[in-house]
Amino acid sequence: MTYVPISPNERDAMLKTIGVKKVADLFEAVPARHRFPDLDLPPALTEMEAAAELADIAAGNESVRGDLISFLGAGAYNHYIPSVVNHVLSRGEFYTAYTPYQPEISQGTLQGIFEYQSLMTALTGMEVSNASHYDGATAVAEAVNLAWAQFRGKRTKVVISPTVHPHYRGVIRTYTQGMDLELAGDDSNADLEAGPESLESLIDENTALVIVQYPDFFGRVYDFTQLIQTAHAKGALVCVAANPTALALFKTPGEMGADIVVGEGQPLGIPLWYGGPYLGFFTTRKQYVHKMAGRLVGETVDNRGQRAYVLTLTAREQHIKRERATSNICTNQGLLALGAAVYLSVLGKTGFRQVAEICYHNAHYAAEQLSKIEGYGLCFPEPFFHEFVLCCPKPAAEVNAHLLEHGILGGYDLGQDYPALKNHLLIAVTEMNSREEIDALAEALSEEHHD
Amino acid sequence: MTDVSTTGQKNAVPPLNANVKIVEPTIFDLSSPGRKGVTFPDPDVPRAKMPQSLLRKDLPLPELAEVDVVRHYMHLSKFNYSVDGGFYPLGSCTMKYNPKIDEDTCRLPGFLHTHPLQPIETVQGNLALMYTLQEWLKEISGFAAVTLQPAAGAHGEFTGVLIMRAWHKSRGDHKRVKMLIPDSAHGTNPASSGMIGLQIVTIPSDARGNVDLKVLKEQCDDTVVGIMVTNPNTLGMFDENIEQVVKIVHDCGGLVYGDGANLNALLGIVRPGDLGIDVMHFNLHKTFAVPHGGGGPGSGPVGVAAHLADFLPEPLVGILEEGDDETPPLFGFVTPAKTIGRMKSFHGQFGGGLVRAFTYIAMHGPDGLREISEYAVLNANYLLARLRGTYHVPFDRICMHEFVAEGQFEGSDVRALDIAKRLMDYDFHPPTNYFPLIVHEALMIEPTETENKDTLDRFADALIKIAEEAKSQPDLLHSAPHTTPFGRMDEVKAARELVLCCWLPENYDVNA
Repeated sequence: MTYVPISPNERDAMLKTIGVKKVADLFEAVPARHRFPDLDLPPALTEMEAAAELADIAAGNESVRGDLISFLGAGAYNHYIPSVVNHVLSRGEFYTAYTPYQPEISQGTLQGIFEYQSLMTALTGMEVSNASHYDGATAVAEAVNLAWAQFRGKRTKVVISPTVHPHYRGVIRTYTQGMDLELAGDDSNADLEAGPESLESLIDENTALVIVQYPDFFGRVYDFTQLIQTAHAKGALVCVAANPTALALFKTPGEMGADIVVGEGQPLGIPLWYGGPYLGFFTTRKQYVHKMAGRLVGETVDNRGQRAYVLTLTAREQHIKRERATSNICTNQGLLALGAAVYLSVLGKTGFRQVAEICYHNAHYAAEQLSKIEGYGLCFPEPFFHEFVLCCPKPAAEVNAHLLEHGILGGYDLGQDYPALKNHLLIAVTEMNSREEIDALAEALSEEHHD
Repeated sequence: MTDVSTTGQKNAVPPLNANVKIVEPTIFDLSSPGRKGVTFPDPDVPRAKMPQSLLRKDLPLPELAEVDVVRHYMHLSKFNYSVDGGFYPLGSCTMKYNPKIDEDTCRLPGFLHTHPLQPIETVQGNLALMYTLQEWLKEISGFAAVTLQPAAGAHGEFTGVLIMRAWHKSRGDHKRVKMLIPDSAHGTNPASSGMIGLQIVTIPSDARGNVDLKVLKEQCDDTVVGIMVTNPNTLGMFDENIEQVVKIVHDCGGLVYGDGANLNALLGIVRPGDLGIDVMHFNLHKTFAVPHGGGGPGSGPVGVAAHLADFLPEPLVGILEEGDDETPPLFGFVTPAKTIGRMKSFHGQFGGGLVRAFTYIAMHGPDGLREISEYAVLNANYLLARLRGTYHVPFDRICMHEFVAEGQFEGSDVRALDIAKRLMDYDFHPPTNYFPLIVHEALMIEPTETENKDTLDRFADALIKIAEEAKSQPDLLHSAPHTTPFGRMDEVKAARELVLCCWLPENYDVNA
């Protein structure tokens, strides 16, 4: 079926007004030998058939709600999403609108994004936020672009902690290929037990940006104040890629002195959705706002004296500045930014802190239970947030295969990214994991040991 | 250093003028200490000790009940114009109706609650869908391979230009530094090329709105990476010389990038790959009805010809083990041999983008897809026919899915902006204005295929009426809109004062 609302009679009347005989006459500019190809696609389904077909495809998956118990995190987390979030996002007024280029009839989106910006600065302890990037990885890559622009390409080194998410590091490598930029520290064979102080020796007068993750990829929480001071002493900027849920509990990167705080906003009410769409958040200090990429909403008044909001500083953007723009970003993750704002609003100060605390307690309970099992142990010292590295007596892949037989997604096999960590599982625990589930994981692991 | 999250920033906010009317308070204005929204059960595990020195002292988020939040967003939603609410003929944005069934399919629990790093054996449904969508997009566009990873159109362009450069370099050809871009291009084209440091050379359009072949030939040499063409272009014209453009660029060793933003005119009409285009992004959020979400998320898969397939970003979805009559194939991830790398985390805009687009294509089939483009082009030509006598159309021939008129009249100081704002009083979203840059006071109109004749007639009538008003009561247009909840904005104030966020009220008891 199609969604074309024009009857054959209406079509004929329209063709007459246009002055052509048939629809095909409208396509004479298209080279004749390639015009109207036969597409080898399955025949159209009705809505009823499509609904059944898609339900069938979805049933080919095992989900982490119902089918499997999941301890997988590594950048995407299974959190409870209050019902309100989807109800708000399902309003056609929000999800079927375009980018708010006409502010008189887009105040819903504009005020929603303004509030999102406000919530993100409150969360990160920073001064300004843009209206979003594609995801955490591309937000970090845009931080590199900001630093590159800030030093006009004269500083050619970026220091990256090896405990920044491997996908984020991968995207930075993709984005910066051909840029003559040295990525120091981006080494999966580095000493992974070392804390942030190990990066200090890499920072020099040629360093544009230092990138760390908070908590790091292994879940560890460090205070970066000292590292940031060292970087600033060399004139470099510091970007912290933060988990937003952790920011409900832990000191803000803003308080530590970070220049840019970015991250993956998926934990803020966005479903796992097999990896996307998610939400890249990007916050910084006001002094860098002109170098920041992406859309930005600012407060103003309309000609009736009403408080209102508009897209502002658009002169940074591609549609005005073209090849001299700060970035080519145009479409962003607007609806999901709105979703994150709804999530933070409806949880608020109390509920959001509660989520972070439950994650913390559940993860620590899990760590304690699992490290009691013979052959298993925590690889790194505390403190950690809701994710930790479990050393296993055999390759993590084998442990996971055993757990899957028990209906458990065991954790992320770190050997995929870090050659030294073949026997290591990254375990994530959220408010969705009950004590019962954690005990089931411990039991399955002990049983495995005795197999 | 003090905690800037609570104190330092507030002082930066200029106090709001007492005369300013607040139509809807912000979520921070609405906060009241001690109010609670959604709460969670107490943990059923022992409480662990927390590292006190690492904890934050205050979390300055609003405090509201659920009903406060719902009413707030309900109020905000009413300030938005949307496709569900009315006609949205925003040129080059393809604001078509977004089928409701797509909202349901993309939220099926099997899609919604699968983790991107699950073992492939547990997500064969997702992988089968992605593989099939790759195959369908290849068939629709005539390309040899497709990546679903890019998050939006501009992200797809960036992917494409990285692939083009990587291809040249893999051949030992290191001197190519120029990207040719027609003057009618979207701003993202030069910005995408600029992101990897290429020099931009602008190619003008000729009198019929085609790429100027003479200038193109002059610019084509062995320093050209390629050309980025939008076809149909942003004037809504199918380039009558597209095959020559492709040949000229290929002859100098360059590659041809196709901006797929305007693909809604070409489904079942012509396949860009058949025209010799080497690489192109799709906008699933335009052509395949993924809703725009007030600015995103989009989804920008990229298709390439066979010689570029090895350079696609990692990972692609492939068949790891062939199936037979009894067992389905095993789908999994594969890395192209000379990949440019990863463009984002995980595998693309799966739920919101790929599932919706898959549903949409499945429901249209080959004939339905062609019908989409036929009616998109019919509707645009009908509007053009109705308006041509009233508005000057500088490039006037049969258009594709959109066309560009001039929003100005001889002897009048009414501008395109005034016409756009006045259209809001007739309950229409304005067309794109001031783009493309090569038309004075441009009004770029794209009706899409999902509008009926009555709507198109009402819109044409309104534009004709506005043209009369421009002569008889120009001030009515200068001061428009009048019937919308908000009037024209003071954009200078926004840029000068840069109030970019709000906080909890000054006297807010943070310890309550």
